[in-house]
Amino acid sequence: MAEKPRVATASLCGCFGCHMSLLDIDERILQLVDLVIFDRTPLTDIKTLGDCDLGLIEGGVANAENVEVLREFRRRCKSLVAVGACAVNGGIPAMRNQFSLAECLHESYRDGIGVHNPGIPNDPEIPLLLDQVHPIHEVVAIDYFLPGCPPSADAIWTFLTRFLEGRPIAFPYTQIHFD
Amino acid sequence: MNKTFTLDGREIHFETGQTIMDAALAAGVYIPHLCHNPEFAPHGSCRVCVVDIGGRQVSACTAAASEGLQVDSSSEAIQATRRAILQMLFVEGNHVCPACEKSGACQLQAVAYYTGMLAPHFTHFFPRRPVDASHPDVVIDFNRCILCELCVRASRDHDGKRVFAISGRGLESHLVIDSPSGLLGDSSFAAGDKAAHVCPTGAILPKGRGYETPIGERLYDREPINIIGDVRAHEEEVV
Repeated sequence: MAEKPRVATASLCGCFGCHMSLLDIDERILQLVDLVIFDRTPLTDIKTLGDCDLGLIEGGVANAENVEVLREFRRRCKSLVAVGACAVNGGIPAMRNQFSLAECLHESYRDGIGVHNPGIPNDPEIPLLLDQVHPIHEVVAIDYFLPGCPPSADAIWTFLTRFLEGRPIAFPYTQIHFD
Repeated sequence: MNKTFTLDGREIHFETGQTIMDAALAAGVYIPHLCHNPEFAPHGSCRVCVVDIGGRQVSACTAAASEGLQVDSSSEAIQATRRAILQMLFVEGNHVCPACEKSGACQLQAVAYYTGMLAPHFTHFFPRRPVDASHPDVVIDFNRCILCELCVRASRDHDGKRVFAISGRGLESHLVIDSPSGLLGDSSFAAGDKAAHVCPTGAILPKGRGYETPIGERLYDREPINIIGDVRAHEEEVV
């Protein structure tokens, strides 16, 4: 048998809720580790990305590092999936698009209630924020979309099993929701 | 007497003067729709009820039924057109389902599920629109307005108030409120108005409540809209 498919995951501007939902497949994760090899992912803590068959992206694109990671995933992964509301449409973080970036930074670090030592962080190691948060399909081409906040463990499992078996991706009604 | 047309291979009876939508609803056949509500004059603006008749795409809520029509409402081509229309509605506003009180009982969302929409596809506008919380009982979130004009029609034709209108053209079109300040709180609008209970999205919501129904038990959580029906049919049990 050929080598097992390689799977990578990343959380961009998300809350890690989608990764938690992936872990929520419970004991099925033992089946999953038999079926695939995990490449770069917070689950393995591997930091570098190799060539993969499948990339799962949680979160939208909010800063320069998100753009870099997302583009690298697109280069390295044969199929790329937008997992969860933030990756699909920007989600909750994109609510900051109602305000200018300066307004957001001033509220958080200068004028907001309870701010001590006001000052906008400018350490060169901190990735620069984009002026708006974007869904990932506005930055790179995406092959599959899995909505939900988060997508349920069952929805993720449906996707993974169908993908790995080479079957068309389709979900029962109750597994698709935008929230 | 006993005139019929064909809808997806099924014979549908109709009376003179009925639209395709009227006849389909009467026959219990679901055609997805947002701006249509049988209590008000058809509007034909959301285009979600698009059907194909002999290669022409028309809105079922405004097209008159006539003898012998062959109507396609369920082909993949028609569903794809509906998905594209819905995707445009989603990117044109700010529809943040995870944060919206209407989520799970929202007709826009339910129709999107019905047509198999998984993602917005297009580039988001992220428009900057206000929220009007000036009224003591009702809040209007313009981010979620899809310009269906149901509140406009309900206020004008049922409540006799004309609280709402659409102003501007094209991309500038937006909902306006008839009051000196332009705020809902300064208008004659009341929570008991019909116009407060016809919004197919979460744009017009009652205050003082929210997220009351647990996830999994909301209107469209378990069964799709073609089985459950419109939000308005369940408005009484919600209120």
